[in-house]
Amino acid sequence: MSAPARYTPYHPRWYRHRVSVWWWLQSRSYTGFVLRELTSVFVAFFALELLWQVRAVGRGPEAYARFLDRLHTPALLALNGLALLFLLFHSVTWFNLAPTAMVVRLRGKRLPDLVVAGANYAAWVVLSAAVALILLRG
Amino acid sequence: MPQTVTLSVARYRPEKESEPSFESYEVPFRRDWVVLDALNYIKDRLDGSLSFRWSCRMGVCGSCGMTVNGQPRLTCASFLSAEPPGPIRVEPLRYFPIVRDLVVDITDFMTKLRKVKPWIVRREEKPLAEGEYRQTPDQLDAYKQFSMCINCLLCYSACPIYGLEPSFIGPAAIALAQRYNQDSRDEGSAERLQILSEHDGMWQCTFVGECTKACPKHVDPAGAIQQYKLTSAAHWFKTLLPWGGR
Repeated sequence: MSAPARYTPYHPRWYRHRVSVWWWLQSRSYTGFVLRELTSVFVAFFALELLWQVRAVGRGPEAYARFLDRLHTPALLALNGLALLFLLFHSVTWFNLAPTAMVVRLRGKRLPDLVVAGANYAAWVVLSAAVALILLRG
Repeated sequence: MPQTVTLSVARYRPEKESEPSFESYEVPFRRDWVVLDALNYIKDRLDGSLSFRWSCRMGVCGSCGMTVNGQPRLTCASFLSAEPPGPIRVEPLRYFPIVRDLVVDITDFMTKLRKVKPWIVRREEKPLAEGEYRQTPDQLDAYKQFSMCINCLLCYSACPIYGLEPSFIGPAAIALAQRYNQDSRDEGSAERLQILSEHDGMWQCTFVGECTKACPKHVDPAGAIQQYKLTSAAHWFKTLLPWGGR
């Protein structure tokens, strides 16, 4: 409100609803949104783990072996499995949202949403395949 | 086909109630009736004290936005026959202060709308003799979608961020800023960027996406905000470059 209201018989009391703490349970899309926000913690965890891995590689073969040993503990395996699930959830929802955030114009015409999202998915598949190929060959 | 349908309507009479309550009205069920017709029936025949806003009845004026069965909708575009069986709940738009019954106060939006300068800003006007500012169909296409906004505020009512952070400038205001930014005749995008980069501007938006779903005119405010964020981020990166300047 720009200025606090004065309540008179001609300007009676407004009523303001309070937003419930459980607002995000009111619809599926709200719940999905809050889940995306909260699970970004796992995305951050994945990024940190990668940095940790790079550091271990930098410190030599022994440090790297220790790093791998630590990864094999049940707690970290479970955590990584969970993080992978949420990372996939993030990737899919992000690619689905990409056409809304990015308008790609080709010869003055806006590319259909399906093409923009499809290009993202295609790039994901190609890059994942490339990484898998390198890992499996090695 | 049922003969009647019950409307459960939120009432708030500030002179005698401290909070809203629901009242039920039975209205004739007609296939060609929308919720607004039913409300007008109530006002004409059952209870003349019911207050609500409406004007054009055809999705142009943007006055009759309310919460119908929990969703922000234009009541003139919500057919009784399309609602699930059972009473139809009609409430005022969420997140706005309720003045009376289904009428909300929209001063907050009007203040925010003015802040984004929703008009064509020119550094210098062309002399009249030089004629009109011409645009190609592609230039028109760039902003036309955002210009369809009718200020019905369904997007604000769908946005949980606006509910939690009332200072957020909101979806329609940003979409309208984008409407002028994308206009080839406009030269005010730098001014608007400054306003919308502030704390209560576009960065409050966390891309819930509900505003776009609620929009009856397919303006896609969520898209406008995300595209604006990209522009803003690109602008910021440019200022980091030695030749970018500020």
